[in-house]
Amino acid sequence: MEEIASGIWQALTLIGSLDPEVRRIAIFSLQVSGLALLLAAAAAIPYGIWLAFSRFPGRRVLIGLTYSGMAFPTVVVGLIVFLLLSQQGPFGILGWLFTPWAIIVAQFIIAFPVIASLTMSAILAINPGMRLQLRSLGATRTQATLALLGEARVSMVIALVAAFGRVVTEVGAVIIVGGNIAGNTRVLTTAIVLETRKGEFAAAIALGLILLLISFTINIIATRLQGRALAR
Amino acid sequence: MSYNIYTLDHLVKRYGEREACNIESLDIHRGEALGIIGPSGSGKSTLLRLLNFLEPQTSGAIGFLGQTYDGRTSVSLDVRRRMTLVFQSPLLFNTSVLNNVAYGLKLRGMKDAKTRASDFLEKLGMESLAREHPSTISFGETQRVALARALILEPEVLLLDEPTANLDPYNVALVEDLMRRSLSEMGATIVIVTHNVFQARRLADRTALLLDGKIVEVGPTEQLFSAARDPRTRAFLGGEMVY
Repeated sequence: MEEIASGIWQALTLIGSLDPEVRRIAIFSLQVSGLALLLAAAAAIPYGIWLAFSRFPGRRVLIGLTYSGMAFPTVVVGLIVFLLLSQQGPFGILGWLFTPWAIIVAQFIIAFPVIASLTMSAILAINPGMRLQLRSLGATRTQATLALLGEARVSMVIALVAAFGRVVTEVGAVIIVGGNIAGNTRVLTTAIVLETRKGEFAAAIALGLILLLISFTINIIATRLQGRALAR
Repeated sequence: MSYNIYTLDHLVKRYGEREACNIESLDIHRGEALGIIGPSGSGKSTLLRLLNFLEPQTSGAIGFLGQTYDGRTSVSLDVRRRMTLVFQSPLLFNTSVLNNVAYGLKLRGMKDAKTRASDFLEKLGMESLAREHPSTISFGETQRVALARALILEPEVLLLDEPTANLDPYNVALVEDLMRRSLSEMGATIVIVTHNVFQARRLADRTALLLDGKIVEVGPTEQLFSAARDPRTRAFLGGEMVY
């Protein structure tokens, strides 16, 4: 118990003194996950919108697969990305394995179904009569679509927040494809694993507290947005 | 300009095997208030959606301002913007009442949409609702906002689907007063669907009874109420079950 208390105290000292290594890892984690989220959003939001609005044979199967993607084991994502980016893999020529790009690819794959599914759900949850209402007020097809997206905006932001929470706290895939290389691919989660194994509990707790802070902040944002949406 | 704004000719709408609407012939005169009465499921709302060109008919033709639409040819935006429909369950957008009322004007590219909407709400005595969110106002107020959102567009045709359904008598009076005041200024053609025969009598110049998707009888409202020709009309107006 004393060891844990001392670890927490040392961790708070590390955070308070803005320890350069802790700060660097935290900022790097946010950068990598932020970029992965941005790229995933750029692809998943249009895909989710398309899936919600379009009608074609096999749409239900595609929707099912997209939803299933949310439960896809992240370690398996790591394994697949590893195989694809390894020297023998089809994308080995890129030389991305054990670089931040490999982490971004893995986090992109993890975030994509979360954003796509929640975007699609948000649009499908809008009253089906809304489109008729918009058309009746004189909206063109494009204007009606934009208005519907506006109606789903809060839920779509929640989708982004949820996806960010998932990727920034991800460890399995990141450690496989990133390799946890100091100063290169070490992020908060993989650093916590390493420091714990080394018995450096103060550093591990400090990194853990930062990760918790990020996670809580994300959850508070999501809850507030959800509360606002429900209140309306 | 023709006297009739709408001319319906053998207008049929089917959903799968079910025939929702089958109107042999119906003319709607420019500037009149036409009441469509009938029991639930008689095809009243379907008829309004067809008149608003929100969905194509299965067969037959809708003549609108001299142009005939057969359900296969597209209806221009200009034509669609001459009319608007207020739905039975009004759906307001997830934004302020002011933005809701300004929405149709914005669609039409009016830069002063919000100012106009604000002035319009003031004119209707609804300025206190302007900043409210739809979730914070009553159902009666929601219905009035939906009506204001339609009226501000000054449509040539105003289609109303049970505009006072589920409202208490006080709110019914408010909504009806709003309709009368605004429409006397605009001179629009109104088609009002209602299951409330008394409301049709209060508001409509002519009234039609729709039963199983078919027009049973149509005529001047007072004449219909005092001397209906068809026994089914007399039965419906007398409050008897006719379906």
